[in-house]
Amino acid sequence: MISSLLEYWPVLWPALAAIAVILAVVPFLGLYMTFIERKVAAYVQDRVGPNRVGPFGLFQAVADGIKIFLKEQLIPDHVYTALYFIAPSFSLITAMFALVVMPFGPVATDYQSGFRFMVAPGIDIGILMMLAISSLSAYGIIVGGWASNNKYSIYGAIRSCAQFISYEIPLGMSILGVVAIAGSLNIERIVASQSGSILDWNMFWQPVAMLVFFTSALAETNRLPFDLPECEQELVGGFHTEYSGIKFVLFFLAEYTHIVTVSFLTALLFMGGWHFPGLPGPSGASATVLLLGLLVLLAKVSLVVMVIILLRWALPRFRFDQLMGLAWKGLIPLALANLVGVAIVLTLGLPKHLLIATAVLPILAAYYSASKFNASLAEGNTLRNGLRTQGAVSYE
Amino acid sequence: MSESQTNPPVKKKTVKWGEAPKLSVLDALYLPAIASGLATAVRHAVSGKPTTRQYPEVEPEIPPNYRGVHRLNRDEAGRVKCVACYMCQTACPANCIEIIAAPAPKDDPHWKDRDKFPATFTIDELRCIYCGMCEEACPVDAIELTSVYDLTGMTREEMVFDKEKLLSVFDQTVKSGRDPVRTNRGKLGPASEVSPTAKDAPPPPGRGKRG
Repeated sequence: MISSLLEYWPVLWPALAAIAVILAVVPFLGLYMTFIERKVAAYVQDRVGPNRVGPFGLFQAVADGIKIFLKEQLIPDHVYTALYFIAPSFSLITAMFALVVMPFGPVATDYQSGFRFMVAPGIDIGILMMLAISSLSAYGIIVGGWASNNKYSIYGAIRSCAQFISYEIPLGMSILGVVAIAGSLNIERIVASQSGSILDWNMFWQPVAMLVFFTSALAETNRLPFDLPECEQELVGGFHTEYSGIKFVLFFLAEYTHIVTVSFLTALLFMGGWHFPGLPGPSGASATVLLLGLLVLLAKVSLVVMVIILLRWALPRFRFDQLMGLAWKGLIPLALANLVGVAIVLTLGLPKHLLIATAVLPILAAYYSASKFNASLAEGNTLRNGLRTQGAVSYE
Repeated sequence: MSESQTNPPVKKKTVKWGEAPKLSVLDALYLPAIASGLATAVRHAVSGKPTTRQYPEVEPEIPPNYRGVHRLNRDEAGRVKCVACYMCQTACPANCIEIIAAPAPKDDPHWKDRDKFPATFTIDELRCIYCGMCEEACPVDAIELTSVYDLTGMTREEMVFDKEKLLSVFDQTVKSGRDPVRTNRGKLGPASEVSPTAKDAPPPPGRGKRG
C-alpha cells in the first residue's frame, strides 16, 4: 500500500497540491467575491461601497466572515433537523466537487511535462462529469427548501428545480457543438483545440453556442436576472428563508463557487483558455510560460466574472413564465439549430469557415423564436387590455 | 371577469390603446438592449463621481430653517430672553415644555427692567416632535430650534434639557456661527418691552402678514 503510494507520488503530489489550493482558495474567493460584488454594485450605482474596514474596505470580507462565524446557530422548531443541516453542506460540496475536472491553469495534453493545474487531469468525460455534478447542486436547494418545512421555501425550491431542469438542456446542447469541433469531452483537449491564433477560439466559430451557454449557465448559478428561487417579493427569501449564520453562508459560498465555475468554463470552452497569441502552448513549456498561461486564463475568467456581476445591474428580473419561455422557446431551439449546423459542416467535411455561415441559421431560428416570444407577451398585454374594456379594471 | 360586475363602464376616451413597437431582427434578440444596459452600468462604474457623502468626516449642509435641538436665546445683557409667558408650553402639541415662572428680582439692577422670568425651563427632547410651534408661538423670540441634528444621550434623564443646558446650546451654536439668531436679529421682542399701554407697543413680529 505504502510502496504503491510512493510509486504514484510523482502523479499524486500535483493532485494533492491542487486539492489543497481549491480547498484553501474557494472559501476565500467566496468571501472576496461578495466584496467585489458589493464594490462593483456600489460603483454602478454611483456609490462608494464598503470602505471603512482596512484600506479601501479590503478587510470588510474578513470582518463579514468573522461576524458570520460568531452568529447564533438558530434552528427553527419546525424543520427536519438532519436534512436542514445536510442541505447547505451538500450545496457547497457539489459546487466544489465540480472543480475536480476543472483545469485552473495550463495543462499539457500529453500529461508529461510541467505542473498540472488540475486535480484530476486526463479524465475523458471531463465536461460531462462537470455538468453531472453541478446539476447535483440543485439537490442542495431542493433539500433545503423541503427541510425548512415552510411553504415559501418549498416554492423557491420547486422553482429552482424547474429552472435547473429547463436550463440544463440548452446548457448541454450548446456545449455539444464545441465538443464536436474538438472531438473530445476532455476539457484540456477542448482548450488545446483552440491553440494558435486568436481566431481559433471557439467564440468566433460558435458565437451562438457561447451566448446560449452563458445565458443558461447564468440561470444555473441562480444569479440575477434568473434568481427566482430566492426572490424576496413573493417568496420572502425562497429556499434560504429559514437559514441564517454559517449555514446561509454555505449556500452563498456554493453560489459564488458556481459563478467561478461558470466563468472558468466560459473562458476554457469559448475564449481559448490559457491560449493567447504569441504565448506557446503548455507542453514542454518553461515555468514562466506556465505562469503567463495561468495569468491569461485568470484574466479571462475575471473578465467573465465582471460581466456576470455587471449584468445583475443591467437586466431586470424575469417573470417565472418568461424564464421558462426563454429556455424552452428561445434557447433550446437556438442550441439545437446551432448543433445541426455544426453537425452538417462536420459530417460533410466542409471547411471550418462555413461554421460562421451556419451561425446565420441559429440567428434566423432565434429571430423566429424571439418574435414568437414577443407575440406571446403582446398577447398577454391584449388580454389585460381586454379585461380593462370589459370593466373589470376601471381607469377613470 | 363576469358580465355581472357592477363597475362603471369605461369611457372610450379614457382608454389609451397602445401598440407594442415592431421589433427589428436584432431587437428581437434583445442583445442590443442588453449591451446598452451593460454600457450604462459600465459608464456609471467608471465615472468616478459617487454621490455618497462620507458622513462622520463630511457633515451635511443643514438648511437654515432646519428644526433641530432647541435653545433659549439670551438678550444683549446675557439674560435669558424668555419672559415666562407660557405661550410655547401652551402651543406645544407634544407637551414637552415645562416652565415655572418667577417674578424677576426687581432690586437687582441686572433684572430691573423685567417683570417675570422662568425659574425653571425644561424641554423633554425625547418627547418633542420638532414641529417648531414653540418657536412660532414665542412672542419674544426666546426659544428657537437650531440646526443641531446629532443629539444623543445615554439615559432618558440627560435628554431632558433644563434652562442652563438650553442656554448653553445658545452659547455654542451662536459662537460657532452655525446658527445666527434668526428671529428679530437678537433684539428683545415686543412683549418684554415696558410700555404703559398696549396701544403704544409695536405689533408683534410677523403677525400682520399671517392675518
